Amino acid sequence: MLSTQSNFTDPDAAYRLIVEAHRGLSDEQSAALDAALVLLLANHIGDADVLHAAIELAKRRLSDSQTKGT
Amino acid sequence: MRHPVVIVGAGPVGLSLAIDLAQRGQRVVLLDDADRIGDGSRAICFSKRSLELWDRLGVAGRMIDKGVVWKVGKIFSGPELLYQFDLLPEDGHKMPAFINLQQYYAESYLVDRVLQLPDIDLRWRNKVVALAQRNDHAELTIDTPDGNYTLRADYVVACDGARSGLRGMVGADFSGETFEDQFLIADVKMTAAFPTERWFWFDPPFHGGQSALLHKQPDDVWRIDLQLGPDADAALERLPENVRPRIARMLGHDDFEFEWISVYKFQCRRMQRFLHERVIFAGDAAHQVSPFGARGANSGLEDAENLAWKLAMILRGDAPAGLLASYEIERGLAADDNIRASTRSTNFIAPHSRQERRLRQAVLALAKEADFAKRMVNGGRLSVPSVYASPLSTVDADAWRTGPEPGAHMLDAPLQTASGEPVYLTEAFSAAGRGFVLLESANGAAVNVPDNVAHLRIGADAPLRDDAGLFAKRYDAAPGSAYLLRPDGYVAARFRHPAPQAIEAAMARASGRA
Repeated sequence: MLSTQSNFTDPDAAYRLIVEAHRGLSDEQSAALDAALVLLLANHIGDADVLHAAIELAKRRLSDSQTKGT
Repeated sequence: MRHPVVIVGAGPVGLSLAIDLAQRGQRVVLLDDADRIGDGSRAICFSKRSLELWDRLGVAGRMIDKGVVWKVGKIFSGPELLYQFDLLPEDGHKMPAFINLQQYYAESYLVDRVLQLPDIDLRWRNKVVALAQRNDHAELTIDTPDGNYTLRADYVVACDGARSGLRGMVGADFSGETFEDQFLIADVKMTAAFPTERWFWFDPPFHGGQSALLHKQPDDVWRIDLQLGPDADAALERLPENVRPRIARMLGHDDFEFEWISVYKFQCRRMQRFLHERVIFAGDAAHQVSPFGARGANSGLEDAENLAWKLAMILRGDAPAGLLASYEIERGLAADDNIRASTRSTNFIAPHSRQERRLRQAVLALAKEADFAKRMVNGGRLSVPSVYASPLSTVDADAWRTGPEPGAHMLDAPLQTASGEPVYLTEAFSAAGRGFVLLESANGAAVNVPDNVAHLRIGADAPLRDDAGLFAKRYDAAPGSAYLLRPDGYVAARFRHPAPQAIEAAMARASGRA
């Protein structure tokens, strides 16, 4: 089952870690980094049902996450 | 003539430090280059920790009577409420989580208190124009309307704000991060029925693609903060005719007057060292943060409280001058904490790159149905006192399930005197004297303490009772256990079975004698 509870003791730090990983990368490189991260973390989870649920949730929220403006 | 302490800057930090030092028996000269307290609302959110300090200084009552007490914050994304937080979800504390109060009210109450204390010599229109460091003192050249004069002091404390003149005079740099986004801050006067909560919006319908903040102050004044982005023209944006339609869109009406308008860029930076021979830096002069989190004035007040007892002990000869190093260590760590928290908030509110914005938008979108993402939504993490990793703390030798650890600030609790009168622990702490205090869960006879340690004994047959059991709960207290509190209310050490030698050793360590 997909866990959507907060699992980090310091969620702000976890968020910053991901943001910082992209610092200095071009947009193209950022997209490539994200793709690699998704594959790595999906493999770490190793459960197709969980992966499926995560994809469902992410897609459901996709329209909300479209960047508005610049 | 040599003065023990000269404080430069009569803002909230300098005024509070002067009062704290005077209450500890020190004579203080307090200089300010203006002819009176400053204009503009500026800092408005004062934390529980600041109020506890001000309570000890005798001014919190007026601040709270005038101020707007609040503890709930709400975060909106678009038109929807994402979540809300409560900064003080439990009872049994004398001071509220926060009050909002215009800085000029805070300063004027502090000045009134200063004028009651004959040991403080407050001198307006006194501007420091030169500094010379001598072996055992500092020499200041002061410019006044009547000409220049020289002032010699054992210690000079620079509380002269973000544009500190003294910082330049010691040749220190002030480096850090500048954020490109500009923010419009407007204080407007209007009658409105919004609750006394901190409201923060990402991408609100009235200010698309940017952030907004609404917060109540006394006298029907409301703080409004609108993100303008990096490309805004500050000179145009601060014109009232351009601000008015923005605010009217937010409020849905045009029935308000402006109290104060300002357009800002934020910086997060600090001095590498707060101690420069005989000159000590505190508040915005030493470190600067973005306003998201109310960490500017509050951290400056924590600096003042941290410094006052140490300087007083040194000047009395009760501690070596080296005790000051702990000021730099403790408040340096706190400055780093505050800069980290405020940088994270500012970056979340104003992402640096397209990718960072995409991640931020994904967090906001997921937060509507996933708890983990809600916890990452960052519209400002509000000021809480740091826990000091400090050379003054004695490491726990016993097991504790909870309670403030060494380096953390004491927690308040409701108590009763032997005759049944209610008294808060923070009040009893202040009344116990101005030095170290042993906070003891009474178990038969009192523990022997050194002469210079005051005693607070809590228990069924002790001078203070804990009828609600909240002291025992918050301090993981069992009969016989004890906390040694520093003069600023931080925990120096704690013991399950306090022995006089252990208390003496912890005292020596906390006074910089170990």
